[in-house]
Amino acid sequence: MQEFLEFTLGGIATGMIYAAIALSLVLIWRGTRILNYSQGGMAMFTTYVAWLVIQHTGSYWAGFAVALAAGLVLGSVLEFAVVRPTENKAPLNAVIVTIGLLILLEGLAGIIYGGQYRSFPAAFSIKGLKAGSVGLGISPNDVFTAAAVLGAAVILALVFRYTSVGLRLRATAFAPAVARLLGVRIGRVLTLGWALAGLFGALAGVLVTSSTFLYPNSMDSIFVLGFTAAVIGGLDSPVGAVVGGIVLGVVLSYAGGYLGSNLVLVYGLAALVLVLMIRPTGLFSSGVTRRV
Amino acid sequence: MTLARHLGAALVIAVIVVLLSIQLSAYRDYQLAEVAAYLVAVAGLTVLIGLSGQISIGNGAFMAVGGYASALLLTHLGWNLVLILLASVVVAAAAGAIFGVAAARLRGPYLAGATLMLAVALPTVADQFQHQLGGDQGLSVAITPPGFLGGSFPPTRWQAWVTCAAALITLILLANLNRSRVGRSWRAVRDDEIAASLSGLNVARLKVLAFIISAACAGLGGALLAVVTGIVAPGAYTLTLSIALLTAAVLGGLGTLPGALWGSLVLVLVPTYLTNVGSSHGLSSAASSSVPIAAYGVILIVVMLVFPSGIQGGLRRLFGSATPMPPVLSRRRIPFTALRRPAPGRENQEEGPS
Repeated sequence: MQEFLEFTLGGIATGMIYAAIALSLVLIWRGTRILNYSQGGMAMFTTYVAWLVIQHTGSYWAGFAVALAAGLVLGSVLEFAVVRPTENKAPLNAVIVTIGLLILLEGLAGIIYGGQYRSFPAAFSIKGLKAGSVGLGISPNDVFTAAAVLGAAVILALVFRYTSVGLRLRATAFAPAVARLLGVRIGRVLTLGWALAGLFGALAGVLVTSSTFLYPNSMDSIFVLGFTAAVIGGLDSPVGAVVGGIVLGVVLSYAGGYLGSNLVLVYGLAALVLVLMIRPTGLFSSGVTRRV
Repeated sequence: MTLARHLGAALVIAVIVVLLSIQLSAYRDYQLAEVAAYLVAVAGLTVLIGLSGQISIGNGAFMAVGGYASALLLTHLGWNLVLILLASVVVAAAAGAIFGVAAARLRGPYLAGATLMLAVALPTVADQFQHQLGGDQGLSVAITPPGFLGGSFPPTRWQAWVTCAAALITLILLANLNRSRVGRSWRAVRDDEIAASLSGLNVARLKVLAFIISAACAGLGGALLAVVTGIVAPGAYTLTLSIALLTAAVLGGLGTLPGALWGSLVLVLVPTYLTNVGSSHGLSSAASSSVPIAAYGVILIVVMLVFPSGIQGGLRRLFGSATPMPPVLSRRRIPFTALRRPAPGRENQEEGPS
């Protein structure tokens, strides 16, 4: 029973990381119908930036803030420089370009920082929390992780719901042609979408790397699980992304806990294939399915 | 007619390869064998992307399946080489079929994501089955030249012969497939799924078939590479390998078999060169081994943005061939052209009319 509790809470904590990646994918997908395969690479890169800042200043929070800012900048620069030229071409071009971005970022990180594994500090203690004498399987840092992602998601939801920028973002995602006719500068809105996605990716990178290591491929497995979470959530629903992340985190935590943790990625793959077999557009998707 | 022409070309190439392999040094023979092994895998991928319009970032995983299958068969059953290669093809095709049935329902981004996950997840399987698959150390694949060639026959030349023969057979089969009813059907599915379906084509079956064929090619490529390098280990089948295959297919020109050859040549020759350039500019060994990886990224982005028809497309333009490039990468998909620089929207990209 205690095991079950630990696995559940631990799963929710990791699930929030997947949720952050999933949210960043959803933000871009809604605006541009592009799946950003370089999201993991972007998150890895901004985490290196944070690591560098922490090395120099000794302050975790300086690194944290710089990583988020770097995510914003990186997202908008990449959208503007590389992704926008694929806009009028077949969807396959955008897929291949973002894959190219992923491998380019990983290669650059390898050139600049070398391939060795580096440890990344945690914001808070990573000692397990206890309720009375019962271990909960999570640490204060896990609580911070969950709270940070949830907080960012809530802020995003409020921005979407109550600000004019949010209205423009929603309008562009809903009907770009109409939004353009009504005076929305679509290009800027898409860049903003990528910037926000870069921010969420950076957040996920900084939060997850304290429990893994930092190396050029460090976000690959996190990214594919975040993608799975986004697919479970239907790719165009921010709420679905968060729910998908938590569901995936908990399911994988049980699978890893009870069946052995070596094959977590294989279980994740099985979950992804299963979800796509049952509902190819995800469980929470609101979009119309293309049928042939 | 087509078959005869392809066979004739293959015969000429085979003679050239044999003469070349005798002239070349052992190291060049080894590189020749590597090119041929990659060529098999890249050809399968370029057919999948360029002809059937599906994308896979997971073909490195199918190479792993083929490589491990050949290593296991060699160690435990001691079959002869041809049987081992055939069996690796069958095993990889079966893996491709299992995955392809699930994948056939997925389009663009979902399929790429699922295959990406396959590429990331599969190497972890070797860690789980330490005893059977050898963990991080991997398994060794020791193939010696047959006795009738004499004891002093250089093993690298034998490997070059085996891999080039396999590559030629694969290319002949793929070239014929391309010209056959199946190839035409793939192009129809690629260009317009709904129209293809209305014309009576079984879209799902065609897509699964393309996926299986590309997995089978990757499996054969993986088995050949295992024979050439003498080892299969999870470290060789990372996501980077899958993306390297994609880079070769894209750079050569998607959907063209000669393009697969140009891509494979680049894949074998350029990384060594770039690594040397990196270390001669004062980079550490870890850093300079990342130079080719970054180069793959640059190639993928630049080719896609600037000349999506790749090297083969450029050659065709130079020599004025009448055959047009596959339109999959050049066509505009967005109908509201009345607006300047239209943004892709949800109602006109992934979802068509129900």
